[in-house]
Amino acid sequence: MSSITLETHADRSKMEVSDEVAIEIRGMNKWYGAFHVLRDIDLKVYQGERIVIAGPSGSGKSTLIRCINRLEEHQEGQIIVDGTELTSDLKNVDKVRSEVGMVFQHFNLFPHLTILENCTLAPIWVRKTPRKEAEEIAMHFLEKVKIPEQALKYPGMLSGGQQQRVAIARSLCMMPRIMLFDEPTSALDPEMIKEVLETMVELAEEGMTMLCVTHEMGFAKEVANRVIFMDAGQIVEQNEPEEFFNNPQNERTKLFLSQIL
Amino acid sequence: MSDMSYVRSEMLPERAPPASQIGFVGWIRANLFNGVGNSILTILSLIFLWYILSALLPWIFAPTWNSGSLNECREIFGADGGHGAACWGVIRERWVQLLFGFYPEAERWRPIVGFGLLFVALIPVLFNMISRRMNWVLLLVVLGLAGLYLGGALGIIAGLVLLGAAGFVGFKAFTTSKEDRAAEIASGAKRLPNPFIFSAIYPFIAPWLLWGGSIWLPVGAALGFVVGYFAYRFLAPIVGSLAGLIIAVLAALVWWLFLTGGFASIMQSIIPIGLEAVESRNFGGFMLSITIGVVAIACSLPIGVVLALGRQSDLLIVKALCVGFIEFIRGVPLITLLFVASTLLNIFLPPGTNFDIILRVLIMVTLFAAAYMAEVVRGGLAALPKGQYEAADALGLDYWKAQRLIIMPQALKISIPGIVSTFIGVFKDTVLVSIIGLLDPLGLSNAIRADQDWNGVVWELYGFIAFMFFVFCFSMSRYSMYLERRLRTDHS
Repeated sequence: MSSITLETHADRSKMEVSDEVAIEIRGMNKWYGAFHVLRDIDLKVYQGERIVIAGPSGSGKSTLIRCINRLEEHQEGQIIVDGTELTSDLKNVDKVRSEVGMVFQHFNLFPHLTILENCTLAPIWVRKTPRKEAEEIAMHFLEKVKIPEQALKYPGMLSGGQQQRVAIARSLCMMPRIMLFDEPTSALDPEMIKEVLETMVELAEEGMTMLCVTHEMGFAKEVANRVIFMDAGQIVEQNEPEEFFNNPQNERTKLFLSQIL
Repeated sequence: MSDMSYVRSEMLPERAPPASQIGFVGWIRANLFNGVGNSILTILSLIFLWYILSALLPWIFAPTWNSGSLNECREIFGADGGHGAACWGVIRERWVQLLFGFYPEAERWRPIVGFGLLFVALIPVLFNMISRRMNWVLLLVVLGLAGLYLGGALGIIAGLVLLGAAGFVGFKAFTTSKEDRAAEIASGAKRLPNPFIFSAIYPFIAPWLLWGGSIWLPVGAALGFVVGYFAYRFLAPIVGSLAGLIIAVLAALVWWLFLTGGFASIMQSIIPIGLEAVESRNFGGFMLSITIGVVAIACSLPIGVVLALGRQSDLLIVKALCVGFIEFIRGVPLITLLFVASTLLNIFLPPGTNFDIILRVLIMVTLFAAAYMAEVVRGGLAALPKGQYEAADALGLDYWKAQRLIIMPQALKISIPGIVSTFIGVFKDTVLVSIIGLLDPLGLSNAIRADQDWNGVVWELYGFIAFMFFVFCFSMSRYSMYLERRLRTDHS
């Protein structure tokens, strides 16, 4: 398991957790056919929290965050994002999706559009932002992820790390209140993992609510205020990172940590 | 064991490749004489080529252009002539007929102008390199030449004025650089209208030019779209977008089926403008092939896209209808459909209905092409990674926006080779209309050979027809390769 040490220590001064609930999941269950992937998930995420979700593959952690913007449908229980409950009502789904950003393992940039067009597409077509303004916003976030000079290139011409930073910028252009990261560094070389993690640390330092499925335990220690460990579709243990890594309680957690650290 | 340790002290510079790999000699060695086996193959191929060309070229370059009948050709070449050399007199005498069929001679300028305008309408759709002003220049040139061709004082004056305007705009376009023009526009200079406007009205102009009649009929047909548009604009906010769309389509259909005829005849009695009507049975030759081919190509792509999306739909009935349609059409030979169009359809229609034969054929060929197109587009859709749909969803794009902005541009790009193959196939299939008695080039060739002057001429006619088809199909093929290059975004 790769573990990248971050050079800079994250500045936790602005990472404030408010008592406003951003996401509430109550008694959520999900099946793929007959297979019970998520079992009785209860989770409350407060505005400003940075949550890292860890666990062995197949434990349902990706499925959990994909339920939060309804890329996957849940069958039982409630998911309420920013006061909007996710049901089969497409209007609610679109509302939630435009407020929740998502970053994928394989970047999923649109290869037929330039970097700038990737970033302006959703603001123009979903938010109805005028093109010029959308381009200014896009350039602002591209500067933030440190690749403004690539704006007119196509995704296929960029390295993996650069593509993932564009993907983060693309999500940020929609001004989301919550960001979901689905194994954002798993498809990257070690050299590139670091540049993506640094971008994510900066985002956390600005107070963004983040849910990250990741194997980067260094990131968890540095940035997260809560680590959730999942196994067999259930939340097995959750705690502050220090307690979680130094004093795990559940046997399964202990075994997992002993194998990856 | 100390041999294992090695540290590079400086990095190696780049060197030019060996001389045998580059240049003319390098190319020949790599591509023609790369080893004994390939060298033998190259020599055998050259001998084969020589054998073919030495027989073919003398046949093609025969001095028979001015002959008036097959017998004259035979006189030029002795008793066994006609085998040793081509008899091109038949093409000189009948090429106009092969192009236009029995279209009245006085009206032939109409298909020519229609064909010229087709290119003006296509250029903004097919290429993005030509400037807005050059496109309008082309339009003025075609119209101006048409005026000169028509002659008469009015035609010549109008033609000269149009050509003059073309020259003026063209001169300005050539003398101001792109940057200067951009600056002019930025400082408030008026831009010419988007040439897509002409591309949009061309489908109404072309049938009027070809079939003639009152100008108010195509105007009425175009107004149907306006009716639909306004019905949608006013009703969509009230009844929702889907219901609004359905009502808009119904409103347009009602307009076309019941009101257009009345509108056209009333307007015609007030302001009579029209061209002499030409009946469908006078259509023929390449004009007919191109008409059918262009309509089928232009209409089959959008219909095919809709069918492909319908086939992937979650809505059971939509999906079943699309699958049923596609599989039925693909399971039936085109000739069968054409026979249905020419004979059976009359049995089902109410007596006295006059449903133009070319229109019937157009519908059948379009539906046939659309079914194939749907499967080609479905292949492109299937090749897209699931992540593209997920990314579009995650950004909050709804189904239609995701399809239009993310999915279709990529799926169609992947499908370009298949789409163009289908286009080429459809264009060549238009010769099948000769079987139901329409005089396409092949149908005409039979008629020409029935003339006693040309009884026995085979290769010259078929060769000419094949050559014309090759020019069109090869252009489409090259265009598709150009488009693939233009849309490549993976490497700089």
